Amino acid sequence: MSTAAFKSYRPPVIEPSNEGELLEVAMGPHHPSTHGVFRMDVALDGEIVIKLKPVFGYLHRNHEKIAEKASYLASMPYTDRLDYFCSMTNNWAYAIAVEKLAGIEVPERAQYIRVITAELTRIQNHASAIGFLLQEMGASGTPLMYAFREREKILDIFEELSGSRMMCNYMRFGGCRVELPKDWLEKVAAIVDGLPRFIDEIEALLTGNEILMARTQGVGVLKPDLAVNAGITGPMLRATGVNYDIRKVDRYGIYDRFEFRVPLGDHGDIYDRYMVRVLEMRESVGILRQALKDVPAGPIVDPKQKVRGFRPKPGEAYGRIEGPKGELGFYLISDGSGNPYRYRVRPPSLINLTVLEDMCIGQNVADVVLTFGSVDIVLGEVDR
Amino acid sequence: MLGEGIVKGLAETAKNFAGSFVSKERLTTVQYPEERVEPIENTRDFPFLVYDGSDPMAGLRCVACQICEKECPPKCIYITKSTDKKPDYVGKPQIYPARFDIDISVCMSCQICVEVCPFEAIKMDTEFELSTTDRFEGLILDREQLAKSNEYYNKIHPTEAAEVDARLAEEKAKVEAKAKAAAAAAAAKAAAPASGETTAKPAPQKDPAKEPGA
Repeated sequence: MSTAAFKSYRPPVIEPSNEGELLEVAMGPHHPSTHGVFRMDVALDGEIVIKLKPVFGYLHRNHEKIAEKASYLASMPYTDRLDYFCSMTNNWAYAIAVEKLAGIEVPERAQYIRVITAELTRIQNHASAIGFLLQEMGASGTPLMYAFREREKILDIFEELSGSRMMCNYMRFGGCRVELPKDWLEKVAAIVDGLPRFIDEIEALLTGNEILMARTQGVGVLKPDLAVNAGITGPMLRATGVNYDIRKVDRYGIYDRFEFRVPLGDHGDIYDRYMVRVLEMRESVGILRQALKDVPAGPIVDPKQKVRGFRPKPGEAYGRIEGPKGELGFYLISDGSGNPYRYRVRPPSLINLTVLEDMCIGQNVADVVLTFGSVDIVLGEVDR
Repeated sequence: MLGEGIVKGLAETAKNFAGSFVSKERLTTVQYPEERVEPIENTRDFPFLVYDGSDPMAGLRCVACQICEKECPPKCIYITKSTDKKPDYVGKPQIYPARFDIDISVCMSCQICVEVCPFEAIKMDTEFELSTTDRFEGLILDREQLAKSNEYYNKIHPTEAAEVDARLAEEKAKVEAKAKAAAAAAAAKAAAPASGETTAKPAPQKDPAKEPGA
């Protein structure tokens, strides 16, 4: 699509009235709504946003450059710290990239466990994303605490599996790190059985709530064409009605074996994003039930895989997965040595942020906070 | 009807409020530090060094091969090799770490040192109450502070430690069998007419890095 068409989808810029001057405000970096350190330089005409410039980089940790100096394995724990809400999916995306690069096969059992952990991650991420969104809306605590109660259970399961609640560092090239603890699958099944009740509870609390509807419907609208042009992925894209889910497109891992639907929105507003997340949680519960039914026995990691001295042959690979926030990809170039020649992360949070201005122009300051919250970002991933 | 959704939501919160008095599932908070939850077996915090026997410094399994130092992603391990040797758990003379420091203010508990260690010498602890008033020296743990007994390891990670012990015992038995066979061969040779003084040659030292990763 040409740039002219791209421009035409921008919301009309409201001309400032002549009565007052524009007020430039730096929202952040320590604004409570920014989930970290992030600044929005906004130009305001009264309450209306005229211009918005996202400024990030406060949390830059040189992740990509460090990875180029470290061995392939040593980057795995660093990927946990990109999007610290979803370390399991980060691990998986990186593992897929390295597996493509070195041509490693993943055993059946490990594939199932990867799907189970990734879907659990998706549920806890969406639950807390909804909680944080409501927190920003002024529902101080209740939905967030309900979401966190459920998230705690999933994190406990992760701790039992990997030793750590958030920095799981669980996946390895060609499988997973350790065998499942005793009764782990039964515990997961028990939690999955309790999840529909929790989603019903969240829905009873929020979906029909008139205040939530009034605050979110028609606010922060993103047009599908702009979303596609800007490379938006994840629930943000699907809320605009574009049917694009990498689990369906790539069918990476063993996602072709599971039946699930891709929830789509109509309007691309905040309410649709909320609704898409709720429905995705329900679909994830379905995938988990199917996956838990037939976890095969067998090795958990490719037995030929060495822990030390991993040197893939020269080449390049791009591995991507449908993370809870969108397309998470790792691009690697190997020159045959023990560390990657080039290591690049395609973070969904950063790219989903690029349309923030288009969604916010012409709206009230209070709605900027909501729109920003509905993007569901983690600053650890934006700045890397 | 306008407000129906709000009423429905309020009913849900009321249900949760009332439920928190009766249902254990809805009462999720634990009053730390008076109340503590049982630590989960696989929990990992910071690494420690395992020693066998009663003397921490003599029984250290670490042979200062420096693999963990090299593989550690944030590079928080500092090892100096000793110049002399001491016998390891099978009785083979090995180099030991003259200095083994872990800066736990840098360590990110990723467990990679544990994975790469071929000697089962470094393991993850579950101790998390490590606060100190000295934020520089106090957080660099030396080998005396890091050394913890195999019994302690068995206590915090029973399943994992049992596997490790079985593996080490097997290795030891293999080495002992080999030594016995070698001794028998030497005895047979000594019984034959002495041809030279070279039979007492020590076995060639194996490169620790090339030893199988257990």
